[in-house]
Amino acid sequence: MFKRIKQVAIAASIAAACLAATLPAARAAEEQFFMLPDYRVGPYGANGQSFYGGFIDYLNYVNMKGGIDGVQIAWEECETEYNNAKGVECYERLKSKAQKAPGPIHTMSTGISYALVDKSAADKLPLAMMGYGLTSAVDGSVFPWSFPLVTTYQMQASAIIKFLKDKNGGSLAGKKIVFLYHDSAYGKEPILALEAEARLNKYTLVQIPVAHPGNEQGAQWQRIRQEQPDYVIMWGWGVMNMTAIKTAQKMGFPREKMIGSWWAGSEEDTVPAGDAAKGYMSATWNVAGKGVPLIADIEKTVYGAGKGNLKDTSKLGTILYNRGVSAAVLSVEAIRTAQAKYGKGKAMGPEQVRWGLENLNLTDARLKALGATGLLPEVKTSCDNHEGSGKVKMQQWDGTKWVPLTDWIEGNKQLIHPLFKADAAKYAKEKGITPRDCSKEK
Amino acid sequence: MQFFFEVLIGGLLSGIMYSLVALGFVLIYKASGVFNFAQGAMVYFAALSLVGCLEKGAPLWLAFILAFVIMTLLGIATEKFVLRKMVNQSPIALFMATIGLAFFIEGLAPMLWGNQVWPLDIGLVDEPIGWILDRYNIVVSSFDLTAAGLAMALVAGLALFFQYTRVGRALRAVADDHQAALSIGIPLQHIWALVWAVAGFVALVAGMLWGSRNGVQYALTFTALKALPVLILGGFTSVPGAIVGGLIIGASEKLAEIYIPPVLTDIFGGNFGGIENWFPYVLALLFLLVRPEGLFGERHIDRV
Repeated sequence: MFKRIKQVAIAASIAAACLAATLPAARAAEEQFFMLPDYRVGPYGANGQSFYGGFIDYLNYVNMKGGIDGVQIAWEECETEYNNAKGVECYERLKSKAQKAPGPIHTMSTGISYALVDKSAADKLPLAMMGYGLTSAVDGSVFPWSFPLVTTYQMQASAIIKFLKDKNGGSLAGKKIVFLYHDSAYGKEPILALEAEARLNKYTLVQIPVAHPGNEQGAQWQRIRQEQPDYVIMWGWGVMNMTAIKTAQKMGFPREKMIGSWWAGSEEDTVPAGDAAKGYMSATWNVAGKGVPLIADIEKTVYGAGKGNLKDTSKLGTILYNRGVSAAVLSVEAIRTAQAKYGKGKAMGPEQVRWGLENLNLTDARLKALGATGLLPEVKTSCDNHEGSGKVKMQQWDGTKWVPLTDWIEGNKQLIHPLFKADAAKYAKEKGITPRDCSKEK
Repeated sequence: MQFFFEVLIGGLLSGIMYSLVALGFVLIYKASGVFNFAQGAMVYFAALSLVGCLEKGAPLWLAFILAFVIMTLLGIATEKFVLRKMVNQSPIALFMATIGLAFFIEGLAPMLWGNQVWPLDIGLVDEPIGWILDRYNIVVSSFDLTAAGLAMALVAGLALFFQYTRVGRALRAVADDHQAALSIGIPLQHIWALVWAVAGFVALVAGMLWGSRNGVQYALTFTALKALPVLILGGFTSVPGAIVGGLIIGASEKLAEIYIPPVLTDIFGGNFGGIENWFPYVLALLFLLVRPEGLFGERHIDRV
């Protein structure tokens, strides 16, 4: 009897193995595969949880609505813990699955993106860096496979300065601004732009770095108290943000004079800070709330069917959740754009997806059709502009929620874009890259 | 000069917060000769347990007791499943076991309580004390002062416990030699479980204070990194050493962060700063060269 059961079990295992081996091959032709080197544990796990929850919910939503013109989306997560080495390991593990019909890769980490810029170009896999990563990759002639979509750290810094300028009657001359930053690649990215803006607008810029992870900032804020700045611009992430807000309270610095980057402006940063966060401002490239019809429809469709990615549904509609949805919207629209050129109903290859990302035209009309009016700004990319927008909103924490303070603000493109170009040219020279002629790209 | 004193006082008060974490290390090292790498993870686990109970509707006092019970159970489990099997093993083997334990706890905690950033309100406001600010223009946080008071009380209690109670003496005997302690009838298993529970209590207090200041989140595990130079400086076996070490490290890192970067910028150009992560280790290293056993550590002499 036992022998018989054993034989049946072996036969069943072999059959299952054969089926598993043939299934991916059969399904691959009709699937677009997204590798997701994400993070849900570790020091920044709470942030990753909301972002990737939103991202996956949208992919599920698209699938439930019939896919991208009939092409279903598949994905596989790999935990990076926001660690560069693990990020690269995840990329290497998943890249073979993505080589046939990839979705843009989203690492939500500037450090991991830096590590993947060259690798993904060599492997011909499109890398998206929405609101993070290597700023000079805006220049698509040098970085054909990297897409710092929507906006970059430098354009964001410039937009913040524009906002402050408007707030001060059109001039920042004689003002003092402290730049408090995470002492990492991410934190240092906007320095170039802030220095250029300081020369132009004649304000004094004081740079104060905070060592990782930033859970102790007594000395930095004592220095800020001594400097008596008019504003503090903060480029923080994770525990650094909340510590900064709480230490500002401790030092008696008004939160209404603190402006965070878009990675320092989520509910994860303000809710745990309690009353200390009231009045604190930040930039953002997407809005919060379930007022956007798409977010409400995801909740109804995906969570209604019990397929939601997040156990904690209170995260739906938060800044980072909506950002994840926005990133997924842009990725899917890039594939749709590619399909319009290369054939609807087909899974798109790497070069085709790259083309789609480079020829995105997400207008307000298209956003409206998606139910995403106002969720993010219009995005129109090209060979020499992989950013496609450069616009952000300013928002303020009212004690319970983020309230938009402005419409979309664009940074000083004339000042900032030449900085990208110069940096990209330097990169091309160092790496021996011959830039593409963008006038010939269509 | 006023600014110097403000930085100094802020540093001393931060240092006491480091001492709280260092205390947990000292307790376990004193009782078992184990350098407990998992202490940072225990701080995180304790704070998460506390907010987890608060989220379930328990009042703060009850949540604190429940979290302490959870930490005691964790201590007993650690003794039963990890340490009991390793009696009389080399210190490095025990150290490695605690590394494993740290990763296990760091993984277990968010599985049990979730991975979000939890606010923790213990009724202390982290704002400058008005009359000090008005009279001397120096910022001293009421939160920091209360935390300092709490830490001092804890230290005094633990010092008395180690020095004057039978259990305290037994703890010290166990630390000196596991087998010798066993041979004279000291119940090693009970002592270890007890000391891990006490270390859990210290982790809970540290987690509660750090958590209410920065939110209860994974980054609490990094507080252990702040405690290491404190231990090197103060000695691994001394409770008062943890406090004095904490004060020195806290004050020196803040003063260094303020006064050293401008000097480096003047000499080399560029932007320095963010040195407070490594400066305490350099200081501790220099101390090691002069007093390897730390300020209050026991000098180890071998007969040749």
